Amino acid sequence: MRIHVGVKSFADLLERLVYTRSRNAKIKLIADYLRGSPDPDRGWALAALTGDLDFRSVKAGLIKTLTEQRVDPVLFKMSRAYVGDMAETVSLLWEPPPGEQAQVEDVRLAEVVDRLMHLGRAEAPAAMAHYLDVLNPSERFALIKLATGALRIGVSARLAKTALAQAFDLDVDAVEEVWHGLAPPYPELFDWGEGRTAQPTHEDIPVFRPFMLAHPLEDLQVDLADYVAEWKWDGIRVQLNHVKGDTKLFSRTGDDVTGSFPDVAEAFTEHGVIDGELLVRGEAQGGVEGGAASFNALQQRLGRKTVTKKMLAEAPAFVRAYDILFDGAEDLRDLPWTARRERLEAFVARLPSDRFDISAVVAADHFEHLSTIRERARDAAIEGLMLKRRDSRYVAGRKTGLWYKWKRDPLLADCVMMYAQRGSGRRSSFFSDYTFGCWTEEGELVPVGKAYSGITDEELRQLDKFVRGNTIARFGPVREVEKSFVLEIAFDSIHHSTRHKSGIAMRFPRIHRLRTDKPAEEADKVATLEAMIV
Amino acid sequence: MATLGDWIKPHPTGIYVEPGDFWIDPSEAQPMAVVTHGHADHARSGHGHVLATPETLAIMETRYGTYPAATPAEMGEVQRIGEVDVSLVPAGHVLGSAQIVMDYRGERIVASGDYKRRPDPTCAPFQPVPCDVFITEATFGLPVFRHPDTEEEVRKALDALHANPERCVLVGAYALGKAQRVIRHLRDLGHDDPIYIHGAQERLCTLYQDLGVNLGPLVLATGKKKDELKGRIIVCPPGALNDRWSRRLPDPITAMASGWMRIRQRARQRNVELPLIISDHADWDELTETILEIAPKEVWVTHGREDALLHWCMTRQIRARALSLVGREDEDD
Repeated sequence: MRIHVGVKSFADLLERLVYTRSRNAKIKLIADYLRGSPDPDRGWALAALTGDLDFRSVKAGLIKTLTEQRVDPVLFKMSRAYVGDMAETVSLLWEPPPGEQAQVEDVRLAEVVDRLMHLGRAEAPAAMAHYLDVLNPSERFALIKLATGALRIGVSARLAKTALAQAFDLDVDAVEEVWHGLAPPYPELFDWGEGRTAQPTHEDIPVFRPFMLAHPLEDLQVDLADYVAEWKWDGIRVQLNHVKGDTKLFSRTGDDVTGSFPDVAEAFTEHGVIDGELLVRGEAQGGVEGGAASFNALQQRLGRKTVTKKMLAEAPAFVRAYDILFDGAEDLRDLPWTARRERLEAFVARLPSDRFDISAVVAADHFEHLSTIRERARDAAIEGLMLKRRDSRYVAGRKTGLWYKWKRDPLLADCVMMYAQRGSGRRSSFFSDYTFGCWTEEGELVPVGKAYSGITDEELRQLDKFVRGNTIARFGPVREVEKSFVLEIAFDSIHHSTRHKSGIAMRFPRIHRLRTDKPAEEADKVATLEAMIV
Repeated sequence: MATLGDWIKPHPTGIYVEPGDFWIDPSEAQPMAVVTHGHADHARSGHGHVLATPETLAIMETRYGTYPAATPAEMGEVQRIGEVDVSLVPAGHVLGSAQIVMDYRGERIVASGDYKRRPDPTCAPFQPVPCDVFITEATFGLPVFRHPDTEEEVRKALDALHANPERCVLVGAYALGKAQRVIRHLRDLGHDDPIYIHGAQERLCTLYQDLGVNLGPLVLATGKKKDELKGRIIVCPPGALNDRWSRRLPDPITAMASGWMRIRQRARQRNVELPLIISDHADWDELTETILEIAPKEVWVTHGREDALLHWCMTRQIRARALSLVGREDEDD
């Protein structure tokens, strides 16, 4: 097997990942690299892919300054504007001093990382300039990406971890579980992967534990003797984890969102791990009793590294607990739901009530009764119901038959196709992403959303044919089409939005039906959609 | 003496040469046109009279049918048009491509059309001509554009082919010039198997062969069974890469031969897996080195990223101005 140690093979990996579309092919590329590389080089490469590398003395600003010293700043600026990506621009136009040859000898990745880690601010410029001088454009690209973080090459942390799991035949959820307690270059992971040690454990640090997820109920009916029902609140699923003074909030994908919700994190001081829905105080969901604002209100607080006092006061967050994974150091995941529920109730009782409550069980006599209750959910802006098997353990991922989500029926609107774009992967040659619009009172069509799912391959071919035969303008990859095709769009809810021209935004829009029978003039008005906002 | 080159009038639709009453590469039909090369944005149909190299005329005939009035001009041959002495010299862009050298009242202006400096086995190399005004293109007029060695890029297609015998390598290449150049380079690297081509490239490939560029065995890809196409190189126009046509191919490795492939995002936008940086236009170094070599009194920049090239000229005390011609963006090169 080829042994990858240097910057060259890491650059080669990034290069291939950039041009690979298929998820499986990406996973294979990364897995092969990890198997074929020694420690600690592969650990550093993995950290770069998962976004866990940070060098204090090398930032994007330094690269910019260095480049301006080397290349005409005007030409640099023009190039940067044209290329779009700073690392790529610099990698392409960096000019080594006359006489300096790109070196034939490869530089070991671990050596570069070690050097960058221990650089003082004063020595950083010269060290980076030296590396940029001796590397070729593709290696420069890799180095700058590595050194300044944020690879942006279409590889998520989850994908990299999946590749690691595949490389060493590990369970990806087990990898997730140990991940957060480890630091690059992860020697424990590779020792475990190659069978030298057992799975690492974390008793003293708040690490992410994979979530238990639900399948859609579809047309199934369940016996309420076996299943318990709860409301499905429309916020974001979070996991709260506290150990020895340290609290973390993780999103469903394992991202650390503690920083966005300090109000909740500070209030969670009991040793243990719970699973719940993060919500903002309000009355849109379930009225005064439900006590939660719409998802839209929560959205203001998502994706922020820091939160203002004003925001904390105006949109106070709280967690509605669904389940408990650990009580103290005790792992409860193998207990049945009924036993966990009792432990959860006792646990939440020890937490401040303004920040934590429990998702109530919905009492129903039988399935039909539950169905009637669910119908009322829309008025309450709740997403629907959850059905949980009473004897189910807390299992990572989606296991058939344990948890079901029973969403309320979607809202529907007839919209007119306005723009289309080619899809990716299997659908790459088809126009499969559609922007659609509704009519204003003035008779103008404005975009109200974008959808690329919900259709069969046959319908896709039909839409693709329509786009090709009815293109009226092209904007790069985007085609503007004749405004004549009506799509029935299904969506979970609709909200006000300042980001969209129409002033509204749909949640989970998908194509429900092709309305070839309907003339475009008879499609819905924006006002009709506005009336659906709760 | 009047302003340098004031007998030449740049218009958005082409360059008008007043004392000769002719146009260079006009984008609208004109009574008299001198055409640098056969690409559609330079050689359009409908002109009254056309002067071009025999190869360019043959390309135009292949595309538009026979011209009623066409004057073939051999390279280097001086022709008097009105009061201007006109001669064509090789531009190295595609087969038959020429620079237009014009002498009038002691001033020499060279319109380079599109050009490149690196070797191309399908056409005569660019010939630098000392002049007062050099009219240059600037398609790749940014220092990020430095085309790597052509042979190495072509070799990538062969490496991918050999590493994936169950797949095919689908190379998107402009139908005139690029396609034939890629095929010729493949032959030079010892690839003797039949190369499959898209129907839209058949006539120009045949013409190249007729004009003495040996492209080896070529087979039409359309209608062929998947099994026959496994392990083959298939050349198609860029537009067909991700289109219905390519759906029936055996798991193609999508490649594209273009100078734009230097930019990752450009390649990704086109869903290209295997970018081949091969261009028929001069890269940044070729543009700037050519200007230094010819050392004209003035540089006029026609189309592309002229701002950067103008700035570069300014920093070297070379007089330069932009001519804004429309419709010359060569997206597929």
